[in-house]
Amino acid sequence: MTLTSTPVDNGINLQALLDAREALSASPEAAEFQWRVSCSWVNGTHSSTTVEKFSGLCEEQAHRTAFHYDVDHPECFASEDHGPTPTEIVLVGLAGCLTAGVAAVAQRRGIQLRSVTAALTGDMSVLGVLGADPDIRNGFSNIAVHFDIDADASPADIEALVAQSQKRSAVYDALTNPTPVTVTVN
Amino acid sequence: MRTTTVIIGAGHAGLAMSHRLTERSIDHVVLERGEVANSWRTERWPSLRLLTPNWQTRLPGLAYQGGDPDGFASTPEVIEFLQGYADATSAPVRTHTTVTAVRAVDAGYEVATTEGVWRCDSVVLASGACNRAVVPDVAAGVPPSVAMVTPMTYRGPDELDHRGVLVVGASATGVQLADEIHRSGRPVTLAVGEHVRLPRLYRGRDIFWWMDGSGVLDHRYDEVDDLVRARNVPSPQLVGTPQRVTLDLNTLAERGIRIVGRLGGIADGVAQFSGSLANLCKLADLKLNRLLDTFDTWAAAAGRNGDVDPPHRFAPTATAASPTLAVDLRRGEIGTVVWACGYRPDYSWLALPVLDRRGRVIHDGGVVRDAPGVYLLGTPFLRRRRSSFLSGADQDTQELADHLLQRLTQSSPPCAPGSLARQA
Repeated sequence: MTLTSTPVDNGINLQALLDAREALSASPEAAEFQWRVSCSWVNGTHSSTTVEKFSGLCEEQAHRTAFHYDVDHPECFASEDHGPTPTEIVLVGLAGCLTAGVAAVAQRRGIQLRSVTAALTGDMSVLGVLGADPDIRNGFSNIAVHFDIDADASPADIEALVAQSQKRSAVYDALTNPTPVTVTVN
Repeated sequence: MRTTTVIIGAGHAGLAMSHRLTERSIDHVVLERGEVANSWRTERWPSLRLLTPNWQTRLPGLAYQGGDPDGFASTPEVIEFLQGYADATSAPVRTHTTVTAVRAVDAGYEVATTEGVWRCDSVVLASGACNRAVVPDVAAGVPPSVAMVTPMTYRGPDELDHRGVLVVGASATGVQLADEIHRSGRPVTLAVGEHVRLPRLYRGRDIFWWMDGSGVLDHRYDEVDDLVRARNVPSPQLVGTPQRVTLDLNTLAERGIRIVGRLGGIADGVAQFSGSLANLCKLADLKLNRLLDTFDTWAAAAGRNGDVDPPHRFAPTATAASPTLAVDLRRGEIGTVVWACGYRPDYSWLALPVLDRRGRVIHDGGVVRDAPGVYLLGTPFLRRRRSSFLSGADQDTQELADHLLQRLTQSSPPCAPGSLARQA
């Protein structure tokens, strides 16, 4: 317990989230979202991806503005390095998802955050993607996330915050569980 | 046939409610598809014992009277207890009477059965929370060479193929079956999702002694933070044995059971396990420690520290640095999959608009909102945490019988002067 009466503010509109949970539980069809990105090959391993529209709440939605991402590979892969690798983008997604979760759960639990930083590592032998060793998988062999959190809470409460964030993370779930992926071509 | 109240199910909840209605002189029948305690007689595996100690095996008007209050009732003992209760309370049980439909008719309900139709003013749904074993959709991917059983059909390890066994689910059922099958010599893999870790004993006392004394079992449904979650929490990793052993994941791993993550899917015959195991174990450890904190706080405040050993904490759940993520079910290593993924009630006969989209009765502490005069009993966290256990029926039936009686006295006769005023 703190002696101050300053309300906890992590920049999360908790009431809106709680209201949304209740409203969407009552009409689950509105909870169906579809996330979309579109990608164009530029040259070599360089591609350009745009994120703008999505759907949810029973209608078409759009971000405030379109976001563009260059994806490429570094020069040691004989590429021109116009942007991060696709695998790094995956880690970007995981970091953003878990960090957002930490903030939301902290708000829900009345924990004031002062700083949250995360360092992520994804281990991979590229013998898999190079097709050089059939026993090595293409994807990560391990992902490690390390959080440094300064907050108005006990170490056990901070651990619980990070654990709960994983439990409610879409990207954590996507990485730790299988997902059917369908790829078609015109 | 006509009566005031029809109780569906002669298990502990239905029998306790029958006693409450008899106390209040409310005319009723208890309809039972088989015998008293039917699911205990026909749908449980032989070695099963109650998770709660004998001193908690009590129903309104009948406490445990045996010589082993700290023991755990076996299935035959539970059947004997419930049959004895039905006899002692002269419960008006109609055995071998299967309910085929419950529907609303003018000013009441009609309960159709294999032995005729009943008309009544109120209905108590006490048919249980465990009518069907959950088999997840991924079961469709199990190759034909691998057998599948559920806790409803499992009757001991000797009836299984001699090869390895994959137990899916690590609640009370999953850990108990994994342990029993492992002891039969079959290699066991246990797929672990979200789970509740509890030690059998803490500071020398049974975990239910702590939950009872500290008031944890009496947390009310209208006071918990997240009722949906509270009602869906898996049963704790406990087993009732004479040795009062703890059956957590550390114990199972030490005995040689392979612990893997939640079964996420089966692709081309290969079972894929989630990489989230370490976090789920962490969540369970943190939650256990918070619970033990509340016990310690209670013991100190209630002056019980002299009755118990000093506080301590259990070793964190150990997880493999590189847990197994896939097992090929076509290779012959696994001969049987045991689906220990929980149970669901069966309301296929309930022709009332009272179910949510997941097929569960919408109710307020057992009072079914959209069907006045219909009550639910014997489901997890119905009115309090204790509702999930046999001893919860005592208070739950008391309160719901009072509600039922009050409704009867208010609604009849329908045109009595003042009845409108009372409603207003």
